[in-house]
Amino acid sequence: MPVTNYLILAVILFSIGATTVLLRRNAIIVFMGIELMLNATNLAFVTFARIHGDLTGQVLAFFVMVVAAAEVVVGLAIIVTIFRTRRSASVDDVNLLNG
Amino acid sequence: METMGLAPWLVGFPLIGAAVLLLGGRRTNRWGHWLGVLAPTASFVAGLVMLVALLGRSADERAIVTTLGTWFHAGPLTVEAAFRVDPLSLTFVMLVTFVGSLIHLYSVAYMEHDRDRRRFFGYLNLFVAAMLLLVLADSYLLLFVGWEGVGLASFLLIGFWDHKLENAVAGKKAFVMNRVGDMGLIVAMMLMVWQFGSVSFDDVLGGASHLGSGPATAMGLMLLLAACGKSAQFPLQAWLGDAMAGPTPVSALIHAATMVTAGVYLLVRSHAILEAAPNAQLVVVIVGAITLLFGAIVGCAKDDIKKALAASTMSQIGYMMLAAGLGPIGYAFAIFHLVTHGFFKAGLFLGAGSVMHAMDDSVDMRRFGGLARALPITAITMGLGWLAILGVPPFSGFFSKDKIIEAAFVGEGWRPWVFGIVALLGAGITAFYMSRLFFMTFAGRRRWPAHDGHETHPHEAPWLMRWPMIILAVGSVFLGFLLQLGGRFTTWLEPSTGHAVHGEPVIPVWLLLTLTLVLVVLGAWLAFRLYAVGPVPVEAPHGSALVRAARHDLYQDPVNETAVMLPGQVLTRTLVYADRSAVDASFLQLASGVRRSGDGLRKAQNGYVRTYAATSLGGLLVVAAVVWALAG
Repeated sequence: MPVTNYLILAVILFSIGATTVLLRRNAIIVFMGIELMLNATNLAFVTFARIHGDLTGQVLAFFVMVVAAAEVVVGLAIIVTIFRTRRSASVDDVNLLNG
Repeated sequence: METMGLAPWLVGFPLIGAAVLLLGGRRTNRWGHWLGVLAPTASFVAGLVMLVALLGRSADERAIVTTLGTWFHAGPLTVEAAFRVDPLSLTFVMLVTFVGSLIHLYSVAYMEHDRDRRRFFGYLNLFVAAMLLLVLADSYLLLFVGWEGVGLASFLLIGFWDHKLENAVAGKKAFVMNRVGDMGLIVAMMLMVWQFGSVSFDDVLGGASHLGSGPATAMGLMLLLAACGKSAQFPLQAWLGDAMAGPTPVSALIHAATMVTAGVYLLVRSHAILEAAPNAQLVVVIVGAITLLFGAIVGCAKDDIKKALAASTMSQIGYMMLAAGLGPIGYAFAIFHLVTHGFFKAGLFLGAGSVMHAMDDSVDMRRFGGLARALPITAITMGLGWLAILGVPPFSGFFSKDKIIEAAFVGEGWRPWVFGIVALLGAGITAFYMSRLFFMTFAGRRRWPAHDGHETHPHEAPWLMRWPMIILAVGSVFLGFLLQLGGRFTTWLEPSTGHAVHGEPVIPVWLLLTLTLVLVVLGAWLAFRLYAVGPVPVEAPHGSALVRAARHDLYQDPVNETAVMLPGQVLTRTLVYADRSAVDASFLQLASGVRRSGDGLRKAQNGYVRTYAATSLGGLLVVAAVVWALAG
């Protein structure tokens, strides 16, 4: 099985994540889409590390995980706060910053 | 030297008077008018002291310059604040302060019932101060300060009763027309700075003989323009008639005796420049001749006593201008006529004021008539002034005006014939219109009782008004004779105006004299037949085309309006329109364009997270495509 298949999988996962972010309204689901995109990139990093035979890609994948963990904490906290004030988790209800 | 240090005080006294009266407010109401009388009188006394001191010197030591200090430096140009006392300026000082003091005195009674008498005296003092500064200045720039000062005072006093719109409009008209003349003086000063690097009399007039003919002509014409504006000469004459809207003492002092003669002063003072520019000199004579006839013709048709006198003033100043343009032969006579005219015309105006005082401020001569019995002193004083302006010997006008006519006949070629005959004709017409004025007012049948439904009881003015009239009338009788005795006046002026050369007129002097007198008698007789013996209709008859034209000042206002005002208005309106539709509009377009595009961009910020995400993704795809394309 050629290694490029992993890249194709990463593309598919990234696309699913992006589509989720763009099309869904629920903030939790959107968040899940973002996680999916992050993991798709991780997969791509690891695959490229494998292809090139050095560790840079793997190291980067760890960085991404750390950042993603922090982002989840902050993001979920924001979503919970918004839910408390607006009684809704829909991202379309949070549009006060329009021009 | 001590007495000559008084020169700044000549200006100082009335200036202090004006400051106290105008800044003192209502507190000075009770005694303000007496302070107003005191200020020019103090200047008169100071002037008299200086006159005596000056007479005690020899002729070539009679020009004394008192420098107060340097006014300003501007690059190479330095202007001193200096006063020049010489026979010419001192003559004016004596005229202005003497006639001025009398008119101030007259005004105390004339303006007695006016709420704003104090303000009136403040303005009059301001005028006297400015006029004295004008004649005493030792540089064109300082002269210009006085020049503008008298213009301001004239504006304030013409519009003194500004609760009536027409008075305010008349003041504005005088001010605006004077501005046209002032431009001439400003341009002349620019030319002086260019040519001499200085505006002081010594530098400019001393160097005038080395001037090229181009700059000299330009300078002369610009000075003439200035003189035309201030002295109501053709083509800037239209403001003087309307200036009669001011109180009568103002007309007497400013618009007859002093301010309007400032133009003649300017030209005589600048005679060196005019002598360097024969063409400009010719134009001066032509302007004088035109105005002389213009004023005389207008004067024949006016029924308003003050406007008739104003037209006469214009005409008489035309004589002075003519004399000033004739060269050395005429300067002294221009000033001589100016002095005698200052006396008799001020007297005539004060008389007119006395008549108005008696007739409930009516100025329509068609509703006067037979006033000699009711107002004997006014009739006698005005009668003496009338004989003086007619040039009947031995009254003062005879010695000054006849000399001008004589001088106009001196020369070669066509000039003496044209200008001489104009001056001669002018004397005849003057006799007619002044006699018309006198007879319509004082002779004939009374035409005033049934006027406006209530009876008018003409009564002589109070003594405070009579005395100035009497003194001026005495001056009108004897001044000319006294001053011409042995060529006294011309000799006195020589240090300022140069030696007056004598020339033989193209027709013998005795014939000229006879001709003048015949014309004068003819004019007076005609007026007597028409207005003293014949009936004067209360309503003005329709009249011939010339009479109607003269009644409307020979259509000077319509001409000015169509020739100058209308094009000016069209120009300004076009400019305003172009400014709005091109300049303003393009900037407004730019602003609204920026705003519209801002509105469009703002719509992109709709607040939906997914839109931003989609934009980011789109951007990413574009970047990826570009990278891919470049790599491929």
